[in-house]
Amino acid sequence: MIKKGILLLLLVGFVAIIGSLLINFTGSNELNPLARYYAENGPAEVGAANLVTAVVVTYRGFDTLGEVTILFIAAAIVGFFLKVMNADNGRPNKLRKTSEILETASTLLVPTIFMLGVYIFVNGHLTPGGGFQGGAVIATGVMMIILAQPTSRFNHKLISVLESVSGVGFVAMGILGLILASGFLNNAFLPLGKLGSLLSAGAIPIIYVFIGIKVGSELTGILDSLKENQNEI
Amino acid sequence: MSLILAIFLGVVILVLAVTAIYHKNTKVAIIATGAVGLFASVLYLLLAAPDVALTEASIGSGLSTIIFFYVLNKIRHSND
Amino acid sequence: MAQYLTLEFLAMLIGFMLIVVGLWGMITQKNLIKIVIGFSLFDTGLNIVIVSMAYIKNSTAPIIDKAVDVSQAASKVADPVPQALVLTSIVIGLGVTALMLAYVLRMYREKKSLDINSYTDLKW
Repeated sequence: MIKKGILLLLLVGFVAIIGSLLINFTGSNELNPLARYYAENGPAEVGAANLVTAVVVTYRGFDTLGEVTILFIAAAIVGFFLKVMNADNGRPNKLRKTSEILETASTLLVPTIFMLGVYIFVNGHLTPGGGFQGGAVIATGVMMIILAQPTSRFNHKLISVLESVSGVGFVAMGILGLILASGFLNNAFLPLGKLGSLLSAGAIPIIYVFIGIKVGSELTGILDSLKENQNEI
Repeated sequence: MSLILAIFLGVVILVLAVTAIYHKNTKVAIIATGAVGLFASVLYLLLAAPDVALTEASIGSGLSTIIFFYVLNKIRHSND
Repeated sequence: MAQYLTLEFLAMLIGFMLIVVGLWGMITQKNLIKIVIGFSLFDTGLNIVIVSMAYIKNSTAPIIDKAVDVSQAASKVADPVPQALVLTSIVIGLGVTALMLAYVLRMYREKKSLDINSYTDLKW
């Protein structure tokens, strides 16, 4: 009873602090100077039509490098934790037979889902999208394969090799930018084509292909290590 | 027009969030969490952010719910 | 009163209410999975707050095509920097949630219970 009262008091204090921040919030009418610089000089310097892509890959490229590192560490730790539990003896589990609708629909839908994922990260610099969204769509396609055929096995070595190679490829593109152009992850060492065409924006499509493959294989690895022994903890 | 839509979305998001915390059945709570992510994606579209809406719909509403259900299945099936 | 009926204020209010609901769920619930659900709600609310700070009145999405020309890009476009940060934040939120669920699985294996009151090893 006392504990509930103290928790309620804590929450009321938190709400009071938030409320005092909320009262003084007014929306802005025009862009602040930093965003104005990115909006005006972004298409000319970077060549990408999607301003958020230009900010994520080139102007704030180090944050993307940090995010890729954090995803890699999280996938490695999940794989490590759930692999250690594999040491128990396994009982054969009785699997329910999957319904016919799921099997038929999955043979039609899975290639389309993979193509949609590849389309999203190849066109990342022209339309909303990019590497992370495309990788998540590809992992969802793999999930559909797992649901439709529960006895399918994935090659763990292939997934981890894909992930490591694309991670190294991303850093290698950054270092190439350091050697051939003026800074780390600068994309100007390939020609900036016409704004809005597919082969524009220098090295951004290649960087996004690497990020898309890396995120897709990482999320597939997490799903696979969660599925590995569904009959025992 | 967008104000009315925002108020409607706000009410739905709050009702779903309280359901997710207080419902006894864990499966319903997980589905309510996925639905909060879906309506938040629509709110992002109102706020002129299509990239963020795509990311939240695919990652926050799709993959997160799948991972929750995997773990729930493992916990439930370890008792037999 | 009229200044409180704008789109960005309403969105920020929704985000803060989600943060409060998520925090309340994390503190008071006993089931381990409900605690992780509360954390996921907290993360979603926080991202809504950040994106609502990037909205300029009567602006459109930060993509340059037939609707928004290059020359008038600076006056019609929403702020792209917080949107880029939220993109990163959503993916990291998924990673941390997956990690927490792996911990929940290991903890369940040790004590066979999903109640947080039965883990008393660190209590004094």
